[in-house]
Amino acid sequence: MSPAAAPHQIPGTIMFDGVQAQKGYALNKMCYSFNAAECRTAFLRDEDAYCAKFGLNEAQRSAVRHRNVTELLDAGGNIYYLAKFAGIFNLDVQDIGAQQTGMSKDDFKAKLVAAGA
Amino acid sequence: MSMATIVGSITTSHIPAIGKALVRNLQEDPYWKPFFAPFAKVHEWLARVKPDVAVVVSNDHGLNFFLDKLPTFAVGAAPEYVNADEGWGIPSQLPFRGDPDLSWHLIESLVGEEFDLTTCQEMQVDHGFALPMALLWPGGKPWPVSTVPVAVNTVQHPLPSPARCYKLGQALGRAITSYERDLRVVVIGTGGLSHQLDGTRAGFINKEFDLMCLDKIVSDPQALTRYTIPQLVEQAGAQGVELLNWLVARGTLGERVERVHQSYHIPISNTAAGLQVLEKVA
Repeated sequence: MSPAAAPHQIPGTIMFDGVQAQKGYALNKMCYSFNAAECRTAFLRDEDAYCAKFGLNEAQRSAVRHRNVTELLDAGGNIYYLAKFAGIFNLDVQDIGAQQTGMSKDDFKAKLVAAGA
Repeated sequence: MSMATIVGSITTSHIPAIGKALVRNLQEDPYWKPFFAPFAKVHEWLARVKPDVAVVVSNDHGLNFFLDKLPTFAVGAAPEYVNADEGWGIPSQLPFRGDPDLSWHLIESLVGEEFDLTTCQEMQVDHGFALPMALLWPGGKPWPVSTVPVAVNTVQHPLPSPARCYKLGQALGRAITSYERDLRVVVIGTGGLSHQLDGTRAGFINKEFDLMCLDKIVSDPQALTRYTIPQLVEQAGAQGVELLNWLVARGTLGERVERVHQSYHIPISNTAAGLQVLEKVA
Protein backbone atom coordinates (compact mmCIF):
# COMPACT_ATOMS: atom_id res chain seq x y z
CA MET A 1 0.00 0.00 0.00
CA SER A 2 1.36 3.38 -0.90
CA PRO A 3 1.29 6.05 1.78
CA ALA A 4 -1.31 8.22 0.09
CA ALA A 5 -3.30 10.79 2.01
CA ALA A 6 -4.90 9.05 4.96
CA PRO A 7 -7.80 10.44 6.90
CA HIS A 8 -6.82 11.80 10.29
CA GLN A 9 -10.03 10.45 11.78
CA ILE A 10 -9.48 6.73 12.14
CA PRO A 11 -12.66 4.85 13.02
CA GLY A 12 -12.68 3.34 16.50
CA THR A 13 -9.41 5.03 17.36
CA ILE A 14 -8.66 7.91 19.72
CA MET A 15 -5.38 9.68 19.07
CA PHE A 16 -3.96 10.41 22.51
CA ASP A 17 -2.81 13.95 21.76
CA GLY A 18 -2.48 17.19 23.69
CA VAL A 19 -6.24 17.59 23.97
CA GLN A 20 -6.70 14.12 25.46
CA ALA A 21 -3.57 14.44 27.59
CA GLN A 22 -4.92 17.59 29.26
CA LYS A 23 -8.40 16.17 29.65
CA GLY A 24 -7.20 12.94 31.21
CA TYR A 25 -4.31 14.20 33.29
CA ALA A 26 -5.79 13.54 36.74
CA LEU A 27 -7.11 10.12 35.75
CA ASN A 28 -3.83 9.07 34.14
CA LYS A 29 -1.88 10.36 37.11
CA MET A 30 -3.96 8.20 39.43
CA CYS A 31 -3.45 5.18 37.17
CA TYR A 32 0.28 5.86 37.00
CA SER A 33 0.37 5.58 40.79
CA PHE A 34 -0.83 1.97 40.45
CA ASN A 35 2.68 0.92 39.50
CA ALA A 36 3.14 0.77 43.28
CA ALA A 37 1.46 -2.11 45.12
CA GLU A 38 0.69 0.08 48.15
CA CYS A 39 -1.25 2.48 45.90
CA ARG A 40 -3.29 -0.36 44.43
CA THR A 41 -4.10 -1.43 47.98
CA ALA A 42 -5.01 2.12 48.99
CA PHE A 43 -7.40 2.38 46.03
CA LEU A 44 -9.10 -0.88 46.96
CA ARG A 45 -9.32 0.14 50.61
CA ASP A 46 -11.12 3.45 49.91
CA GLU A 47 -11.88 4.10 46.27
CA ASP A 48 -13.70 7.40 46.84
CA ALA A 49 -10.91 8.87 48.92
CA TYR A 50 -8.27 7.70 46.47
CA CYS A 51 -10.05 9.23 43.46
CA ALA A 52 -10.65 12.46 45.40
CA LYS A 53 -6.96 12.68 46.24
CA PHE A 54 -6.15 12.86 42.52
CA GLY A 55 -8.99 15.28 41.74
CA LEU A 56 -10.88 13.16 39.22
CA ASN A 57 -13.79 14.96 37.60
CA GLU A 58 -17.30 13.51 37.60
CA ALA A 59 -16.98 11.77 34.23
CA GLN A 60 -13.69 10.17 35.29
CA ARG A 61 -15.06 9.14 38.68
CA SER A 62 -18.09 7.61 37.02
CA ALA A 63 -15.99 5.73 34.44
CA VAL A 64 -13.78 4.36 37.22
CA ARG A 65 -16.86 3.28 39.16
CA HIS A 66 -18.18 1.46 36.09
CA ARG A 67 -14.77 -0.16 35.34
CA ASN A 68 -15.61 0.80 31.76
CA VAL A 69 -12.68 1.28 29.41
CA THR A 70 -14.63 3.10 26.68
CA GLU A 71 -15.85 5.64 29.23
CA LEU A 72 -12.35 5.91 30.68
CA LEU A 73 -10.91 6.62 27.23
CA ASP A 74 -13.60 9.23 26.58
CA ALA A 75 -12.65 10.85 29.89
CA GLY A 76 -9.07 11.25 28.62
CA GLY A 77 -7.56 8.01 29.84
CA ASN A 78 -4.52 6.62 28.04
CA ILE A 79 -4.54 2.89 27.47
CA TYR A 80 -1.07 2.30 28.93
CA TYR A 81 -2.13 3.87 32.22
CA LEU A 82 -5.59 2.32 32.12
CA ALA A 83 -3.92 -1.09 31.79
CA LYS A 84 -2.52 -0.59 35.29
CA PHE A 85 -6.03 0.18 36.57
CA ALA A 86 -7.36 -2.93 34.83
CA GLY A 87 -4.55 -4.94 36.39
CA ILE A 88 -5.98 -4.28 39.85
CA PHE A 89 -8.96 -6.41 38.81
CA ASN A 90 -6.81 -8.98 36.99
CA LEU A 91 -8.19 -7.87 33.64
CA ASP A 92 -5.79 -8.37 30.73
CA VAL A 93 -5.79 -6.65 27.33
CA GLN A 94 -8.12 -9.30 25.91
CA ASP A 95 -10.70 -8.67 28.63
CA ILE A 96 -10.40 -4.98 27.81
CA GLY A 97 -10.60 -5.67 24.07
CA ALA A 98 -13.74 -7.75 24.54
CA GLN A 99 -15.32 -5.06 26.69
CA GLN A 100 -14.64 -2.28 24.18
CA THR A 101 -15.88 -4.24 21.19
CA GLY A 102 -18.91 -5.70 22.93
CA MET A 103 -17.74 -9.24 22.26
CA SER A 104 -17.25 -12.18 24.56
CA LYS A 105 -13.59 -12.83 25.39
CA ASP A 106 -13.71 -16.09 23.42
CA ASP A 107 -15.12 -14.32 20.37
CA PHE A 108 -12.50 -11.59 20.69
CA LYS A 109 -9.73 -14.21 20.84
CA ALA A 110 -11.20 -16.01 17.84
CA LYS A 111 -11.17 -12.76 15.90
CA LEU A 112 -7.43 -12.37 16.67
CA VAL A 113 -6.69 -15.90 15.52
CA ALA A 114 -8.68 -15.24 12.33
CA ALA A 115 -6.47 -12.21 11.60
CA GLY A 116 -3.58 -14.64 11.07
CA ALA A 117 -5.35 -16.76 8.50
CA MET B 1 42.85 2.33 17.81
CA SER B 2 40.10 -0.23 17.57
CA MET B 3 36.56 1.03 17.41
CA ALA B 4 33.21 -0.34 18.43
CA THR B 5 31.42 -2.38 15.77
CA ILE B 6 27.76 -3.17 15.24
CA VAL B 7 27.25 -6.92 14.89
CA GLY B 8 23.66 -6.51 13.70
CA SER B 9 20.17 -5.80 14.89
CA ILE B 10 17.45 -7.86 16.51
CA THR B 11 13.90 -6.60 16.46
CA THR B 12 11.17 -8.33 18.39
CA SER B 13 7.73 -7.79 19.87
CA HIS B 14 7.58 -7.16 23.63
CA ILE B 15 4.03 -8.21 24.56
CA PRO B 16 3.52 -8.26 28.37
CA ALA B 17 1.90 -11.71 28.24
CA ILE B 18 5.34 -13.09 27.29
CA GLY B 19 6.43 -12.30 30.84
CA LYS B 20 3.75 -14.53 32.28
CA ALA B 21 4.52 -17.28 29.77
CA LEU B 22 8.22 -17.17 30.72
CA VAL B 23 7.44 -17.45 34.42
CA ARG B 24 5.12 -20.39 33.79
CA ASN B 25 7.57 -22.07 31.38
CA LEU B 26 5.01 -22.23 28.56
CA GLN B 27 7.63 -22.34 25.77
CA GLU B 28 6.35 -25.72 24.56
CA ASP B 29 2.67 -24.92 25.01
CA PRO B 30 0.82 -25.10 21.65
CA TYR B 31 -0.27 -21.45 21.87
CA TRP B 32 3.22 -20.22 22.69
CA LYS B 33 5.50 -22.58 20.77
CA PRO B 34 5.23 -20.74 17.41
CA PHE B 35 6.36 -17.60 19.22
CA PHE B 36 9.20 -19.04 21.30
CA ALA B 37 10.66 -21.66 18.96
CA PRO B 38 12.21 -19.22 16.45
CA PHE B 39 14.31 -17.66 19.22
CA ALA B 40 16.55 -20.75 19.14
CA LYS B 41 17.94 -19.48 15.83
CA VAL B 42 18.60 -16.09 17.37
CA HIS B 43 20.35 -17.68 20.34
CA GLU B 44 22.66 -19.46 17.89
CA TRP B 45 23.35 -16.19 16.12
CA LEU B 46 24.12 -14.44 19.42
CA ALA B 47 26.49 -17.25 20.38
CA ARG B 48 28.30 -16.63 17.10
CA VAL B 49 28.48 -12.83 17.09
CA LYS B 50 29.09 -12.53 20.86
CA PRO B 51 27.99 -8.97 21.59
CA ASP B 52 29.40 -7.11 24.62
CA VAL B 53 26.73 -4.41 24.66
CA ALA B 54 23.07 -4.13 23.71
CA VAL B 55 21.68 -0.75 22.72
CA VAL B 56 17.95 -1.27 23.29
CA VAL B 57 15.46 0.97 21.51
CA SER B 58 12.02 0.75 23.08
CA ASN B 59 9.13 2.82 24.36
CA ASP B 60 8.26 3.38 27.99
CA HIS B 61 4.65 2.45 28.83
CA GLY B 62 4.28 4.56 31.96
CA LEU B 63 6.87 3.12 34.31
CA ASN B 64 9.79 5.56 34.06
CA PHE B 65 8.04 8.47 32.39
CA PHE B 66 4.69 10.06 33.17
CA LEU B 67 2.85 12.71 31.16
CA ASP B 68 4.26 15.44 33.42
CA LYS B 69 7.60 15.20 31.58
CA LEU B 70 7.62 13.07 28.46
CA PRO B 71 10.71 13.15 26.25
CA THR B 72 10.44 12.41 22.55
CA PHE B 73 13.84 10.69 22.64
CA ALA B 74 15.71 9.75 25.81
CA VAL B 75 18.99 7.92 26.35
CA GLY B 76 19.95 6.16 29.56
CA ALA B 77 23.27 7.06 31.17
CA ALA B 78 23.01 5.06 34.36
CA PRO B 79 25.30 2.41 35.84
CA GLU B 80 22.28 0.13 36.28
CA TYR B 81 18.69 -0.06 35.01
CA VAL B 82 16.04 -1.59 37.21
CA ASN B 83 12.93 -3.37 35.93
CA ALA B 84 10.03 -2.74 38.31
CA ASP B 85 6.38 -3.56 38.95
CA GLU B 86 4.16 -2.09 36.24
CA GLY B 87 0.95 -2.81 38.06
CA TRP B 88 -0.10 -6.15 36.71
CA GLY B 89 2.03 -8.65 38.46
CA ILE B 90 4.69 -9.74 36.00
CA PRO B 91 7.73 -10.67 38.07
CA SER B 92 10.58 -8.28 37.47
CA GLN B 93 13.77 -9.24 35.65
CA LEU B 94 17.15 -8.83 37.34
CA PRO B 95 18.72 -5.36 37.01
CA PHE B 96 20.63 -4.60 33.83
CA ARG B 97 24.22 -3.34 33.86
CA GLY B 98 24.74 0.01 32.14
CA ASP B 99 27.80 1.48 30.44
CA PRO B 100 27.77 5.20 31.32
CA ASP B 101 30.94 5.95 29.37
CA LEU B 102 29.42 4.58 26.17
CA SER B 103 26.09 6.30 26.98
CA TRP B 104 27.77 9.69 27.25
CA HIS B 105 29.67 9.11 24.03
CA LEU B 106 26.39 8.32 22.26
CA ILE B 107 24.74 11.38 23.82
CA GLU B 108 27.62 13.68 22.81
CA SER B 109 27.55 12.34 19.28
CA LEU B 110 23.75 12.46 18.88
CA VAL B 111 23.35 15.95 20.32
CA GLY B 112 26.28 16.96 18.10
CA GLU B 113 24.12 15.82 15.18
CA GLU B 114 21.22 17.95 16.45
CA PHE B 115 19.19 15.19 18.13
CA ASP B 116 18.33 17.12 21.28
CA LEU B 117 17.87 14.28 23.72
CA THR B 118 16.82 13.85 27.29
CA THR B 119 19.56 12.15 29.32
CA CYS B 120 18.69 9.86 32.22
CA GLN B 121 21.16 9.07 35.00
CA GLU B 122 18.37 7.18 36.68
CA MET B 123 15.98 5.17 34.57
CA GLN B 124 13.64 2.29 35.20
CA VAL B 125 13.04 -0.05 32.29
CA ASP B 126 9.70 -1.72 31.68
CA HIS B 127 8.56 -4.80 29.74
CA GLY B 128 9.43 -3.11 26.46
CA PHE B 129 13.10 -3.42 27.42
CA ALA B 130 13.17 -6.31 29.86
CA LEU B 131 11.14 -8.95 28.01
CA PRO B 132 13.25 -8.85 24.81
CA MET B 133 16.34 -9.22 27.01
CA ALA B 134 14.78 -12.23 28.74
CA LEU B 135 13.82 -13.74 25.37
CA LEU B 136 17.30 -13.26 23.92
CA TRP B 137 19.26 -14.38 26.98
CA PRO B 138 17.00 -16.86 28.79
CA GLY B 139 18.18 -17.77 32.24
CA GLY B 140 20.95 -15.22 31.73
CA LYS B 141 22.17 -14.63 35.22
CA PRO B 142 23.91 -12.29 35.23
CA TRP B 143 23.09 -10.69 31.88
CA PRO B 144 26.02 -11.32 29.50
CA VAL B 145 25.86 -7.83 27.99
CA SER B 146 25.82 -4.32 29.34
CA THR B 147 23.08 -2.07 28.05
CA VAL B 148 22.16 1.40 26.87
CA PRO B 149 18.41 2.12 26.72
CA VAL B 150 17.04 4.47 24.08
CA ALA B 151 13.42 5.47 24.67
CA VAL B 152 11.12 6.74 21.92
CA ASN B 153 7.79 8.39 22.77
CA THR B 154 4.96 6.29 21.35
CA VAL B 155 2.49 7.24 24.10
CA GLN B 156 1.45 10.85 23.56
CA HIS B 157 0.99 12.47 20.16
CA PRO B 158 2.69 14.18 18.46
CA LEU B 159 5.10 11.25 18.06
CA PRO B 160 8.37 11.55 16.16
CA SER B 161 7.86 10.70 12.50
CA PRO B 162 9.10 7.47 10.93
CA ALA B 163 11.57 9.58 8.92
CA ARG B 164 12.95 11.21 12.07
CA CYS B 165 13.29 7.84 13.82
CA TYR B 166 15.17 6.38 10.88
CA LYS B 167 17.52 9.39 10.91
CA LEU B 168 18.01 8.94 14.66
CA GLY B 169 19.04 5.37 13.91
CA GLN B 170 21.50 6.50 11.26
CA ALA B 171 23.05 8.96 13.72
CA LEU B 172 23.06 6.31 16.44
CA GLY B 173 24.95 3.99 14.10
CA ARG B 174 27.58 6.67 13.49
CA ALA B 175 27.74 7.33 17.23
CA ILE B 176 28.33 3.66 18.08
CA THR B 177 30.97 3.10 15.41
CA SER B 178 32.89 6.25 16.42
CA TYR B 179 33.37 4.95 19.96
CA GLU B 180 37.03 4.21 20.57
CA ARG B 181 36.77 0.95 22.41
CA ASP B 182 36.90 -2.59 21.09
CA LEU B 183 33.24 -3.41 21.72
CA ARG B 184 30.78 -5.57 19.85
CA VAL B 185 27.36 -3.93 19.88
CA VAL B 186 23.99 -5.43 19.04
CA VAL B 187 21.13 -3.00 18.47
CA ILE B 188 17.75 -4.24 19.67
CA GLY B 189 14.49 -2.63 18.56
CA THR B 190 11.35 -3.73 20.38
CA GLY B 191 7.57 -3.64 20.04
CA GLY B 192 5.06 -4.10 17.24
CA LEU B 193 4.02 -5.37 14.92
CA SER B 194 0.41 -4.44 14.18
CA HIS B 195 -1.89 -4.21 17.18
CA GLN B 196 -4.42 -1.97 18.83
CA LEU B 197 -5.46 -2.18 22.45
CA ASP B 198 -7.83 0.75 22.77
CA GLY B 199 -11.03 1.94 21.16
CA THR B 200 -13.74 0.05 19.36
CA ARG B 201 -11.09 -0.98 16.82
CA ALA B 202 -9.29 -2.95 19.59
CA GLY B 203 -8.00 -6.25 18.23
CA PHE B 204 -7.05 -4.73 14.88
CA ILE B 205 -4.23 -6.65 13.18
CA ASN B 206 -2.95 -6.04 9.63
CA LYS B 207 -1.00 -9.00 8.31
CA GLU B 208 -0.57 -7.60 4.82
CA PHE B 209 0.92 -4.36 6.13
CA ASP B 210 3.23 -6.18 8.58
CA LEU B 211 4.58 -8.50 5.91
CA MET B 212 5.20 -5.51 3.64
CA CYS B 213 7.07 -3.78 6.50
CA LEU B 214 9.19 -6.87 7.20
CA ASP B 215 10.30 -6.85 3.57
CA LYS B 216 10.73 -3.12 3.12
CA ILE B 217 12.70 -2.73 6.32
CA VAL B 218 15.31 -5.01 4.76
CA SER B 219 15.31 -3.83 1.15
CA ASP B 220 13.97 -0.29 1.19
CA PRO B 221 13.54 1.23 4.66
CA GLN B 222 13.20 4.69 3.09
CA ALA B 223 9.80 3.56 1.78
CA LEU B 224 8.59 3.18 5.38
CA THR B 225 9.88 6.62 6.33
CA ARG B 226 7.34 8.19 3.96
CA TYR B 227 4.42 7.22 6.18
CA THR B 228 2.97 9.85 8.47
CA ILE B 229 2.06 8.90 12.03
CA PRO B 230 -1.72 8.94 11.31
CA GLN B 231 -1.13 6.68 8.32
CA LEU B 232 0.93 4.35 10.49
CA VAL B 233 -1.78 4.29 13.18
CA GLU B 234 -4.35 3.52 10.53
CA GLN B 235 -2.33 0.70 8.95
CA ALA B 236 -0.59 -0.81 11.99
CA GLY B 237 -3.02 0.04 14.79
CA ALA B 238 -2.68 2.57 17.60
CA GLN B 239 0.13 0.61 19.28
CA GLY B 240 1.55 -0.72 16.02
CA VAL B 241 3.38 2.62 15.85
CA GLU B 242 6.05 0.85 17.87
CA LEU B 243 7.40 0.13 14.40
CA LEU B 244 9.25 3.39 15.07
CA ASN B 245 11.64 1.46 17.34
CA TRP B 246 12.33 -0.99 14.50
CA LEU B 247 13.13 1.93 12.21
CA VAL B 248 15.64 3.35 14.69
CA ALA B 249 17.34 -0.05 14.91
CA ARG B 250 17.33 -0.44 11.13
CA GLY B 251 18.86 3.00 10.68
CA THR B 252 21.99 1.99 12.62
CA LEU B 253 22.94 -0.64 10.04
CA GLY B 254 23.50 1.45 6.92
CA GLU B 255 21.99 0.97 3.52
CA ARG B 256 22.60 -2.68 2.75
CA VAL B 257 21.68 -5.48 5.10
CA GLU B 258 21.27 -9.21 5.01
CA ARG B 259 18.31 -10.93 6.69
CA VAL B 260 19.68 -13.60 9.01
CA HIS B 261 16.38 -14.62 10.52
CA GLN B 262 12.72 -13.70 10.39
CA SER B 263 9.55 -15.03 11.91
CA TYR B 264 6.02 -13.71 12.18
CA HIS B 265 3.10 -15.12 14.14
CA ILE B 266 -0.50 -14.10 14.79
CA PRO B 267 -1.67 -13.77 17.50
CA ILE B 268 0.17 -13.43 20.77
CA SER B 269 -2.30 -11.76 23.06
CA ASN B 270 -3.70 -8.92 20.88
CA THR B 271 -0.58 -8.59 18.75
CA ALA B 272 1.06 -9.79 15.57
CA ALA B 273 4.47 -10.90 16.82
CA GLY B 274 7.49 -10.21 14.63
CA LEU B 275 11.12 -11.21 15.02
CA GLN B 276 13.94 -10.26 12.68
CA VAL B 277 17.74 -10.42 12.77
CA LEU B 278 19.72 -8.30 10.33
CA GLU B 279 23.43 -7.96 9.65
CA LYS B 280 25.23 -5.17 7.87
CA VAL B 281 26.58 -5.86 4.42
CA ALA B 282 29.85 -4.04 3.79
